[in-house]
Amino acid sequence: MALSLHDDLDTAAVRADFPVLAQPTRSGGPLVFLDSAASSQKPRQVLDAMTTFYETEFANVHRGVYGLAEMATARLEAARAAVARFIGAASAEEIIFTKNATEALNLVARSWGAANLGPDDAVVLSHLEHHANIVPWFQLQAERGFEIRWIPVGADGLLDLSTLDELLDGAKLLSVTAMSNVTGALPPIRQLTDAAHAAGALVCLDACQYVPHLACDLEALDVDFAAFSGHKMCGPTGIGVLWSRAELLDAMPPFLGGGGMILDVRLDGFTPDVAPAKFEAGTPPIAEAVGLHAAIDYLNAIGMERVRAHEVHLTEYTLRVLDERLGDRLTVHGPPEATERGGVFSLDLHGVHAHDVSQVLDEDGVCIRPGHHCAKPLMRVLGVNATARASVYIYNDESDVDALAASLERAADFFAF
Amino acid sequence: MPGLEDLYREIILDHYRNPRNRGELAVPPAHRVEGFNPLCGDEIVVYLEVEDGAVTNVRIGGQGCSISQSSASMMTSAVKGRTVEEVRDLTRAFKAMMSIHETSLGGDDDVADEVPEVEVDLGDLEALRGVVKFPVRIKCATLSWNTLTQALDEAIADHS
Ligand SMILES: Cc1ncc(COP(=O)(O)O)c(C=O)c1O
Repeated sequence: MALSLHDDLDTAAVRADFPVLAQPTRSGGPLVFLDSAASSQKPRQVLDAMTTFYETEFANVHRGVYGLAEMATARLEAARAAVARFIGAASAEEIIFTKNATEALNLVARSWGAANLGPDDAVVLSHLEHHANIVPWFQLQAERGFEIRWIPVGADGLLDLSTLDELLDGAKLLSVTAMSNVTGALPPIRQLTDAAHAAGALVCLDACQYVPHLACDLEALDVDFAAFSGHKMCGPTGIGVLWSRAELLDAMPPFLGGGGMILDVRLDGFTPDVAPAKFEAGTPPIAEAVGLHAAIDYLNAIGMERVRAHEVHLTEYTLRVLDERLGDRLTVHGPPEATERGGVFSLDLHGVHAHDVSQVLDEDGVCIRPGHHCAKPLMRVLGVNATARASVYIYNDESDVDALAASLERAADFFAF
Repeated sequence: MPGLEDLYREIILDHYRNPRNRGELAVPPAHRVEGFNPLCGDEIVVYLEVEDGAVTNVRIGGQGCSISQSSASMMTSAVKGRTVEEVRDLTRAFKAMMSIHETSLGGDDDVADEVPEVEVDLGDLEALRGVVKFPVRIKCATLSWNTLTQALDEAIADHS
């Protein structure tokens, strides 16, 4: 991946925007927040935008003719347009607001999948997937009886594409993660989409870990669906996005039914609205959209190229420092090259369970996450039940990595036999 | 603020490093039950042999953190050779020790009314009392006990 920028991100200035990072920890030291892969913290700009919206502009959207309702509707639609620009979508109408990425992926399965998949079809997933891109397909499979195939992970932690063409043969959909939430592995998306399209399959991208960390250009990636969550990219919880091309959305049946998604309801049935309204039943996450818009403005002001350059730098630093300080007492799962991965580190401190590692780290104010990270198939491939996962974002710097390494050393010593 | 020494008492670390009664038992006569901690992916396998109303043998398999492993290890030492009734009392007493915080967290469904009817000496298991100060770890400590209860129920259903 070519990098146009060296890391010149002013993390001190970024940190100052995040009130929670100034909170005192139980240990009295600074908060070392290394769990952004689960959810990022929120800058004051996002919090202020939502508060201001609630205090001055809030009403339910659409249909209202009074000023506040018009204003709230304009804010919602402005957020939709901002999302479209941020990811390189052709138009705002291709952006569907959901509750989170999980709902967006379920929408693809329940709408496109239910309409297009039958017993003779196949869906291709990968061993890197989050449960959100596995379980909906199993649920649908139970009803529709299609085959599910898996792209394996190689010893280098990247997808093993040696059997890709066979796996795609006769498949109707390839649904893969754009970045592993466990190891940070970055699959070669364009190569995957080219192969899938050549085989006649559509591509659904779980972009949950990608959109927050890398400049996203849907046209260059040439995917057909993309799903992500606002809360991992400095935005609020309660809002996610599904993007798809207009032609596909037009042909898809609605997902949830209710108000907001219809053109007409009669005593003998209903007529759905067009996208995006067709897929947005009920009151949408309005203030959350305003918050997500502010988060996008915030990330744009930094520049996504700069975000990525910072994370590549910090990833190199993390891999080097952990190796220097812990050596063979620690395994870092995933690709060894910083350019092939995001800043997510699944750690296996030998002889110390991830829960115990996290407990010791918590005492030092270092926030990481133990567990299977909703990726049990990948855990089985890695041969572990759980890992201790540390992940970095724009507000992290080398001091956070140093604190992580020091605390890991303490955990290793504490549990040493 | 509770410190690490409240959680990781020496006896807990000892059971973690030198787990008692690890391994497998032939099924049958033993009953084999798996338990999962969905939060962290930990798995525990309890092998239990019940004969004439008493636990004659118990073994533990699977993987987990120091708290789940030491709790399982201490559990095996505590229940081996005890009657089914004694094991049930011990389980109730242990879960009562773990319960207050679990219910206040809106956690487990099955602990609220598990007040022990008789005085039970928890012995070494007392060392796990500190776990309640670390609410997310309570499920680690109770995993093996919930799995044991299931194995016990199966064994008894089998005998009757
Ligand atoms: C790769 C990936 N996919 C999907 C999800 C699900 O996101 P959410 O819980 O916001 O729906 C996550 C977040 O945990 C993720 O990391």
